[in-house]
Amino acid sequence: MAALLGISAKLTNRISTAWLNFAVLFLILLPLVIGVGLIVKSLPLLKEAPIGTMLSSSDWSPQQGHFGFFAFIMGSVWVTLLSFVLSAPVCLLAAIYLTEYSPGWLTQTMYFVIDVLAGIPSVVYGVWGVLVVVPLLADYVAPALGLSTTGYCLLSGGIVLAIMAVPYMLNMLMEVLRSVPIELKEASLSLGATYWETIKWIVLRKGLTGIIAALSLGISKALGETIAVLMVVGNVAKVPASVFDAAYPLPALIANNYGDMMSVPLYDSALMFAALILFVIILLFNSITNFFLYRIKEV
Amino acid sequence: MQKRKILEEKFFLWLMRIVTMSIILVFVFIMGIILKKGFHAMTWEMVSQEPQGGFYFGKGGGILNAIVGSLYLAGGSTFCALVLGLPVALGMNVHWVTKTKAVNAIRFLLDALWGVPSIVFGAFGFALMAYLQIRASLLAGIITVTFFIVPIFIRAFDEVLRTVPQGLMEAAYSLGANKTQIAFTVFFRQALPGFITAILLAFGRGIGDAASVLFTAGYTDHIPQTIQDPTATLPLAIFFQLSSPIPEVKERAYAAALILTAIILIISIVSRLSTRKFKKNIL
Repeated sequence: MAALLGISAKLTNRISTAWLNFAVLFLILLPLVIGVGLIVKSLPLLKEAPIGTMLSSSDWSPQQGHFGFFAFIMGSVWVTLLSFVLSAPVCLLAAIYLTEYSPGWLTQTMYFVIDVLAGIPSVVYGVWGVLVVVPLLADYVAPALGLSTTGYCLLSGGIVLAIMAVPYMLNMLMEVLRSVPIELKEASLSLGATYWETIKWIVLRKGLTGIIAALSLGISKALGETIAVLMVVGNVAKVPASVFDAAYPLPALIANNYGDMMSVPLYDSALMFAALILFVIILLFNSITNFFLYRIKEV
Repeated sequence: MQKRKILEEKFFLWLMRIVTMSIILVFVFIMGIILKKGFHAMTWEMVSQEPQGGFYFGKGGGILNAIVGSLYLAGGSTFCALVLGLPVALGMNVHWVTKTKAVNAIRFLLDALWGVPSIVFGAFGFALMAYLQIRASLLAGIITVTFFIVPIFIRAFDEVLRTVPQGLMEAAYSLGANKTQIAFTVFFRQALPGFITAILLAFGRGIGDAASVLFTAGYTDHIPQTIQDPTATLPLAIFFQLSSPIPEVKERAYAAALILTAIILIISIVSRLSTRKFKKNIL
C-alpha cells in the first residue's frame, strides 16, 4: 500500500511540476505575445505612413486614410497630468497623517475606505462623474469663472481620475512611509526636532525614491483608465486649449470606435497601434518604477 | 523661531486632517449618490427578468442577462486564473525558493503586467479572436479576462505565501514529503486566508471591468446557453444604458450600478470575514 502510494505521489509530483513549468512559460511569454500581436496588427498602418508623422500630426480623418495621433496623445497627457496635480498632494498629506499622526481606529477605517474605493468598478465612477462632476462644472464652476462648457471636459476627466487614483497612491505611499526605520525618527526627535521637522527632513527625505515611485504608479494607472474617462471627457478629437475643453484620450479612442472600425480600411490597424502605444509606454513606466520600489523593499 | 515652528506644525497637522477627512467625505459622497439613485430606480423586475421587447425605449424587463452573464464571465475567468496561477504562485515559493533572482524576475514581470490597462488586454483579445477564428462570445471574454486577472491573482497570493515560515518546508522535507506535497498541503493550507482574498480580488476585478470585454464578449439580450454565445455584462449594461437619451433607460443604469457596487461590497465583506475565520488554523 505504501509503495503504491509512493508511486502515486511521485506521479502527481511529476504531473504537477510539468503543469507548473508550462504555466510559468506561458506567463513569461504573455507580455511578449501581446506586444508581437499588437505590432503585427498595426503593421498595415505602419507600412502606409512613418511613425514620426503619425505621432506628431493631429489630422484624424479615417475616411481619407489620415491617422494623426497627436490630439489623442495630448488628451491622454493632459488628463493624466491634471489628475496627478489634483491627487498627488492630497495622497501625500493623507499618507503622512495616517502613518505618523492618526489614531488607530482612523487608520483602520481608512484601510476599509481604500479597499472599497479600489474595488469600485470604473464604470461606477463614470456614472458618479456624469451625475455629479459634469453638472457641477457646467452649472456652477464654469459660469462662476465666466466661461461656458458642457461639463464633458478635461477637468471632469481629471477629477474622476484623481479620485480613482487615490486608493492606489495612498496605499503605496503608506507602505513606503512605514518602511522608514523608526531609529532615524527617534534620532531626529532626540536632537530636538519637532514632529513636523522630523517628517520634513527625515521621513520624506529617506522615502523620496519610494514616494516618487508610488506617485508614478498612480500616473500609469490614470494613463490607461478607459471607461470612466470616456464617459465624462467629451471625446472631441482636438488638442484641448483649456481644462474646460473636451479631450479625447487614447484609451477612449480605442473603446469608442470599435463599432465602425471594420468598415474603414486601416482603421482597426490604427486602433491596434493606439493600444500598442499605451502598452509600450505603460510597460516601460511600470518597469522603471517597480525597479526602484523593489530596491526599497529589499533594503 | 519657536513660535514659527509651532505654527508650521499646527498648520500642516490641520491641513493633513482636512485632506484625510475629505477623502472619507468623497467616499461617502460617491456611495451615497450611487445608493440614492440606485434604490430610487431599483425594482424586482430589474433583477429577475431578461430585457423584453422595447426595453431600450423604456418598456418592461430587467437586466438578468447582464447579471448572469457577468457572473459566468467572472466565474469562468477566475477558475482559469486559478488553474493557471495557483501552481505558479506555489512554485515561486516552494519549487524555486532558492532561485531568488529568477523568482524576483517573475515577480517583476507580473507586477509590470498588473499595471497594463484592461483596454490593451481587450485590444489584444480582439486580435487573438481574429487569429483563432472565434467571434465575440463568452469564451473570448473569459480568455481575455483571464489574461487580465492572472497576474493580480498570482501576486496577491504570492505576497501571503512569502510570509509562510521556511522552517515548515524543512520540517516537511525531513518527513519525506516531495515538492508537490509541500506546496499543496503545507503551504496552501498555511496561506489559505490569502488564497481566498486573492481569488475574491481577481473575481472582483473580472466582474467590474468593462474595457476588456467591450470587444470580446459581445452583447445580447439573452442569458448565454453555451460558451460560444455572446454575453451581456453588467459594466457594459450600465455604460450603454447611461448613454441613452430616454430617462427611463438612464434610470436603469443607476439601478445596474447599484447592483454592481453591491456585488463588489459583498465580495469585500466576505473576504474580510473569511480571512478572520480561516486564520484559526494558521501556525
